[in-house]
Amino acid sequence: MNIIVCAKEVVDVSEIKIDKNTNKPVLQGIDKKISDIDKNAVEEAVRIREKLGGKVTVVSVGPSEAREYIKELLAMGADEAKIIPYPDTGDYNVVSTLLAAAINNLEGYDIILCGEASIDLFSGQMGPRLAQKLGVPQITYAKKIDAEDEKLTADRDLGDKKITTESTYPVLLSVTKEINEPRLPSLMEILGAANKPIEVVDHSSLVGEEDPVIEIIDVKGVSMERKNIIFDDDLDEAVKKLVDNLAKDGALG
Amino acid sequence: MVLIYSNDKKLNMEMLSKGRELADELGKKVTVAVIGKSDTDPEEYIKQGADKVFVADTDLESFKVEEYTEILAGIIEKTGVETILISSDKDGKELAPRLASMMDTGCVTECTDVYIEDGNVTAERIIYSGNAVAVERFIKKPHILTVPAKLFDPLEVDDSRSGEIINEKVAYDESPSKILKVQQMECEGVNVEDATSIVSCGRGFKNKEDIKLAEELAKLLPGETIGCSRPLSADLKWMTEDHWIGLSGHKVKPKIYIAIGISGQIQHIAGMRDSDIIVAINKDPEALIFKSADYGVVGDLYEVLPKLVDTIKAKIS
Ligand SMILES: Cc1cc2nc3c(=O)[nH]c(=O)nc-3n(C[C@H](O)[C@H](O)[C@H](O)COP(=O)(O)OP(=O)(O)OC[C@H]3O[C@@H](n4cnc5c(N)ncnc54)[C@H](O)[C@@H]3O)c2cc1C
Ligand SMILES: Nc1ncnc2c1ncn2[C@@H]1O[C@H](COP(=O)(O)O)[C@@H](O)[C@H]1O
Repeated sequence: MNIIVCAKEVVDVSEIKIDKNTNKPVLQGIDKKISDIDKNAVEEAVRIREKLGGKVTVVSVGPSEAREYIKELLAMGADEAKIIPYPDTGDYNVVSTLLAAAINNLEGYDIILCGEASIDLFSGQMGPRLAQKLGVPQITYAKKIDAEDEKLTADRDLGDKKITTESTYPVLLSVTKEINEPRLPSLMEILGAANKPIEVVDHSSLVGEEDPVIEIIDVKGVSMERKNIIFDDDLDEAVKKLVDNLAKDGALG
Repeated sequence: MVLIYSNDKKLNMEMLSKGRELADELGKKVTVAVIGKSDTDPEEYIKQGADKVFVADTDLESFKVEEYTEILAGIIEKTGVETILISSDKDGKELAPRLASMMDTGCVTECTDVYIEDGNVTAERIIYSGNAVAVERFIKKPHILTVPAKLFDPLEVDDSRSGEIINEKVAYDESPSKILKVQQMECEGVNVEDATSIVSCGRGFKNKEDIKLAEELAKLLPGETIGCSRPLSADLKWMTEDHWIGLSGHKVKPKIYIAIGISGQIQHIAGMRDSDIIVAINKDPEALIFKSADYGVVGDLYEVLPKLVDTIKAKIS
């Protein structure tokens, strides 16, 4: 089974602050990481390989320093990685074209896994776009995957309904956060990952110049001011103060 | 021309009102696309703002993304539409980007606003888990956007409106995937978006039965509405999806939001940051939720909730 996982480096959104003067989010100096649900995708890929054999390849479009974080995915059990450095990863049409070209250059693929959404842009676009570019079916929001040699079935959790879908290979799936608990690699696995291949692929070797289809004309920061009054004294006293304040604010109906 | 598509009638009506506004501003017409089985009389769409209804005649039983993408692309080609509004429900959110990819064009999902600026279709959406709003402009046609429920109010029914109804077969290929089973999940029909007060529960609750402590509190507040964090709905299934609040759940703006046993991760905050007053109850004084709260009580919810209920009862009686 050749399994591809699409993973993306993101800024840790929980650390973002808004610059009061410019009203813009400050992204410099913020920690980076692999988008949370992409780790669930790697975990699922490794489990499928453990069951059916094969290879897990991570593909990522992003800055070349993403290497640092991609190593974590190799330590989790992925076999190799391809990084396609690209300055701006905001245009889904361009990035999906690059991912599709990189995937088509591999020796073949059966399963492609994505996260249900990335934590910075949270649009859930890449999976469906990539599936269409590769001409394969897509199974989004998979909460359970049962892969066999010839086909797989997946349970999709859509909130108001649950759908079980079956597909032959190749197929693309996007996984939810609830599908599994990503493993924490051991020290041995982290050291072992240093020898696994990470290839940096030049985007111009994949596709010609792509025109963007969307322009981000502004990014406005959204700040939140709260009173932050914390009652941590005696519980009876704390509850009384809380209720007094809520009554004063007219919040009790 | 503006095209509207959802397999939910209510969402179609909401998008239709925005579609009408955009079309009028651009001097264009509005078409509603109907694919597969529908209980809605196409005339209803015309009475609520559509100029045309395109009914694609298919044998498909229910929504299937690969096939629906091809059908919708076929309709777009036949009608020459330039702006496409698709509902931002789970079906629409996987349909829109696949369609955009097929047409090599842009797509903005979960728009918080859509308008014309300098003659261009422009859309806003939340990024960085609620820390920022991106303003995006389409460079290429068609423009594809997904619109969440309740963003726009439907137009009044106008019986005097008339329009055209087209029935046509649209070709598509069968996808190698197939749906084996569809299970409707019961839904309690809670409308958290419109609630004036929400008592919201997180992983701090040890058992499903304990939620009744929160219900006791909710009963004292207008609307008696209970919300929850993602794990209680998606993972533990203690509550149906309509209670789920956050980035991937419902976005709410009540007068008072009481977060109980919720840690305050940014993805939860993204759904409730527009509340007027936020109260947090958490036993961990370091919990992030206190940073996003107006008032906080540090304590065990099992002790705090009964006291809170009694104190409010005494206060309002
Ligand atoms: C892409 C993405 C999207 C997401 N979307 C959402 C979303 O839409 N909504 C959402 O909620 N989450 C979402 N999440 C998950 C989010 O990051 C958090 O994991 C989740 O909100 C945590 O839920 P929680 O606060 O209930 O549980 P926990 O983080 O486990 O917190 C439990 C809290 O309860 C407190 N506690 C424990 N016992 C008691 C007690 N006896 N009394 C008082 N306090 C107690 C603890 O101190 C702790 O703070 C998303 C995550 C990702 C990656
Ligand atoms: N630049 C990228 N490189 C590799 N995979 C990506 C990239 N962007 C998005 N993805 C994949 O697509 C999923 C959904 O991302 P998004 O469409 O941004 O919400 C992510 O969880 C990844 O699996």
